[in-house]
Amino acid sequence: MSEAAHHHPALAHHFENLGEQKEASSLGMWLFIAQEVMFFGGMFLAYTVYRNLYPAAFAEASHHLDWKLGGINTAVLILSSLTMALAVRAAALGNRKQIVLFLIATVVLGSIFLGVKVVEYGDKFEHHLVPGAHFQFPGPNARPAQIFYSLYFAMTGLHALHMIIGIPILLVLAWLAHRGRYTPAYHTPVEMTGLYWHFVDIVWIFLFPLLYLVGPH
Amino acid sequence: MTTTTSPLIPAAAPRQRTHYLNANYGVLSWLLTTDHKRIAILYLVTISAMFFLGGSFAVAIRLELVTPAGDLFQSETYNKLFTMHGIVMVFFFLIPSIPAVLGNFLIPLMIGARDLAFPKLNLASWYIFVFGALFSLYAIVNGGVDTGWTFYPPYSTSFSNTQVLAAGLGIFITGFSSILTGLNFIVTIHKMRAPGLTWFRLPLFVWAHYATSLIMVLGTPVIAVTILMVALERTLHLGIFDPALGGDPVLFQHLFWFYSHPAVYIMILPAMGVISEVVTCFSRKRIFGYEVIAASSMAIAIFGFLVWGHHLFPAGQSTYAGVVFSLLSYLVAIPSAIKVFNWTATMYKGSIKLDTPMLYAIGFLGLFTIGGLTGLFVAAVGVDIHVHDTYFVVAHFHYIMVGGAIMGYLGGLHFWWPKISGRLYPEMWARVAAVIVFVGFNLTFFPQFILGYLGMPRRYHAYTEEFQVLNVMSSAGASILGVGYLLPMFYFAWSMRYGAPAPANPWGATGLEWQTPSPPVTENFPVQPVVVDEAYEYAKGREVTVV
Repeated sequence: MSEAAHHHPALAHHFENLGEQKEASSLGMWLFIAQEVMFFGGMFLAYTVYRNLYPAAFAEASHHLDWKLGGINTAVLILSSLTMALAVRAAALGNRKQIVLFLIATVVLGSIFLGVKVVEYGDKFEHHLVPGAHFQFPGPNARPAQIFYSLYFAMTGLHALHMIIGIPILLVLAWLAHRGRYTPAYHTPVEMTGLYWHFVDIVWIFLFPLLYLVGPH
Repeated sequence: MTTTTSPLIPAAAPRQRTHYLNANYGVLSWLLTTDHKRIAILYLVTISAMFFLGGSFAVAIRLELVTPAGDLFQSETYNKLFTMHGIVMVFFFLIPSIPAVLGNFLIPLMIGARDLAFPKLNLASWYIFVFGALFSLYAIVNGGVDTGWTFYPPYSTSFSNTQVLAAGLGIFITGFSSILTGLNFIVTIHKMRAPGLTWFRLPLFVWAHYATSLIMVLGTPVIAVTILMVALERTLHLGIFDPALGGDPVLFQHLFWFYSHPAVYIMILPAMGVISEVVTCFSRKRIFGYEVIAASSMAIAIFGFLVWGHHLFPAGQSTYAGVVFSLLSYLVAIPSAIKVFNWTATMYKGSIKLDTPMLYAIGFLGLFTIGGLTGLFVAAVGVDIHVHDTYFVVAHFHYIMVGGAIMGYLGGLHFWWPKISGRLYPEMWARVAAVIVFVGFNLTFFPQFILGYLGMPRRYHAYTEEFQVLNVMSSAGASILGVGYLLPMFYFAWSMRYGAPAPANPWGATGLEWQTPSPPVTENFPVQPVVVDEAYEYAKGREVTVV
């Protein structure tokens, strides 16, 4: 084990060097994402089953969602993936100011997404599209439409929860980056958080068409 | 790996050696430890408590079933008893048992690493486990749950007025402990093996845990999200499984068994790993068919994901789906049988020593075979329709989960106890306990096969009088089994203080964990070990005394 690497403050005692440590973190993060895929997978399966059972009702219920707001949010999230990727690049190059800048930009974009989501949820609440005793839906498809909205709230809520967890992590990273914790030799947390953030974005890329764009508009 | 005098152990060890148990003292040194060996001990204490809690529910169930009339508990209370027995035993004892205790302790030692890849995550997993267990304990103390451990809707979502939410959240939370433990194991096995320790030199215990970890990481999130949907339906009245809204309760059963069937392999695969180590050690022979045993672990993990539908034969699943799931379920028998044949072939012409771990291993072979073969009965669609939800099924899965998994767990605990505690347990007592467990187990559960075949349904607190003799036999067996389970607790505790100090390798076994002193130092090995031998080279070296 090389002496220089051994003395790096971020090197844990049970690893030989930073490279080995980073490989372990990376594999761990990919496995975590694999379990996330299975976690969301349960809901996607439920969605698939019910959309197959009630295709017309799903299309009708979907038209009560605002595809423009959904589209804006999709663009916002894709942009946040770009800023996240730029933050990782800045970390690899050792540009401390840029890491902080791009991480904060990611936080801002993520917050805009959540803000739009709050507006949308409020709108559904006003129009009695929240499942439960007060659910109202015109026409004969009220029952399956309620299933659609149950899945809508469960899936987008779970997705939003992942973003709510991600944003404080980004803020901590930004603070640590500002303190000079990340260097080209060691910036594993920035990279791992990047993987997580991209994963959460990709989930939305699937959610948007499945929920907002059902049937011809 | 079977050098006669290990270069890693100082020739004359001082009497008061520093090791992981006495490296530091105090409650905080345990609660904040990141040492995988200490975390294993934390799990050992926690799951032992859960085991005796779950066991106490079993005692109540067997007491009620001594008489045909439902006279000891009301039917509602009885529903809660078998539900809580199932929840505690499955989620808080069997699933964590071997991986979290023995796997945690041994994987880094077996692969020559200083710790698991993510020590803090490992400690966090234990806290998550305890937090989840507290939720479920809250549910138990505040009136209990009565849905069965399977939580089938719409009863669980719309009708049961018991603590479904708290119990479900407990399982949801605990699931993440399982996921993170599996993740930790996979990364550790991939990235932290000692120099020279190639994949096909790994102990089969490690292979078994690798396969188990795959199920933990890929299966557990599915039950987590399923329970989450039940919770959302129960609290926020989202309609997902509720047939009153056009939902499909059978979808829940698919999602539930997608995890809960592979969960059986989470219980049995690590036990198979233990048996592979024990059988080869106490036969003084290289294991028969190493590569095939390793591959069959992976095959069981993969096939295990494809058989969940055999729990739904009577649930209105299509006939074609039933036939396919039946066929796939038969396929799982192949890798399982391969293992049993290989262990038997390992014992063939071996120099067999009947020490306690080997007694458990031989018991495992018999009980697992019965459990596995009766599994084929229930995998056949026609037979399953006849015995579904009878005591036949109860007996079948107890032969796997108790006769298989717990025999493996106890065998492993005895085998590695000298390494864990640094003390030898009293061999005679342990052999007596192993025999008591074997006899008690068979007396408890074999009559249940007959009861089920004769048509006694499960989950009722009363039954017709013709079933009484067999039920009394079963309850008598359970009391013998209880004694067999209590004994190890006492003599293990006794050995901690009065047992003879254990040498580094009391069994003359191969494997890196036996080349470091007992108990190991905090960093596991005084010097980084290098592996130059294949696994289980019992044919070489001084220990082999075969004539």
